[in-house]
Amino acid sequence: MITLSHYLILAAILFTIGVVGIFLNRRNLIVLLMAIELMLLAVNMNFVAFSHYLNDLSGQLFVFFILTVAAAESGIGLAILVVLFRNLSTIDVDKLDGLKG
Amino acid sequence: MPSIGSAMDLTSIVFYVFAALLIFAALRVITARNPVHAVLYLVLAFFNAGGLWLTLQAEFLAIALVMVYVGAVMVLFLFVIMMLDIDIKRLRQGFWRNMPLAAILGIVMVAEMFLVLSTDYFSLVAFPDSKADAGYSNTKELGRLLFTDYVYPFELASIILLVAIIAAVVLTLRRRKDVKHLDPVQQIAVKHTDRLRVLQMPAEKEGE
Repeated sequence: MITLSHYLILAAILFTIGVVGIFLNRRNLIVLLMAIELMLLAVNMNFVAFSHYLNDLSGQLFVFFILTVAAAESGIGLAILVVLFRNLSTIDVDKLDGLKG
Repeated sequence: MPSIGSAMDLTSIVFYVFAALLIFAALRVITARNPVHAVLYLVLAFFNAGGLWLTLQAEFLAIALVMVYVGAVMVLFLFVIMMLDIDIKRLRQGFWRNMPLAAILGIVMVAEMFLVLSTDYFSLVAFPDSKADAGYSNTKELGRLLFTDYVYPFELASIILLVAIIAAVVLTLRRRKDVKHLDPVQQIAVKHTDRLRVLQMPAEKEGE
């Protein structure tokens, strides 16, 4: 029998994979964006699972809004990526030191 | 005649198959050498997540995830990756150097979350499995909530999307010097004296 714990642990594993992906692919901006998508998916999984087991639809509406914001985020992120590649001819994060921060 | 027990077992089997495929796809996303493969594995991950949401009776979101994410956002990712000429070899430098730290961190995180989440606080006693009625429509109920209680956030979401559209267009817009184009402002501001010039010339006799 599948309980809420199953879904929460699955989402935790998914979120951890996203975090580890950011660690491993520190240079590749595209994979960084994809790791963020994985983490958002884990959060959404939590929301849907709680919505089901608490019998409350508000959680699913939150997922709806998170999907909206995530789509906007990846759209702008990819636009920045394209501008970056046009200017630097690379997507290496280490090369993003123009501001000397 | 299938008993209740076997139906529950089917749910468990579906959950474990989808969960295993989801974790496998997610691991391949972050380890795949080729970014195109990573995107394709991310598509697989979203499909499996959509399947899991179907078992949670969130039908609308499951379909929206597949249609919006796989249909639009992932295609956008693929489009951008194929447009750029990426030097993969240089971007993979330091991948294995960070591996031990990342693996330790990941294992610790998963172990901690497992200890917390596998307690009785999240058992079926505290959170009983809810079954929807036969005539229940997830989409209808979501729509009813969205256009009553959540109508203001809904409008805000549309504004966020509009801002994202404008931002993405403005960011990637560039004026190329070597292409001829019309300037609408100058076109509108044109006066009739710019178009036609009347010359004063001395009259000439025919035949001279």
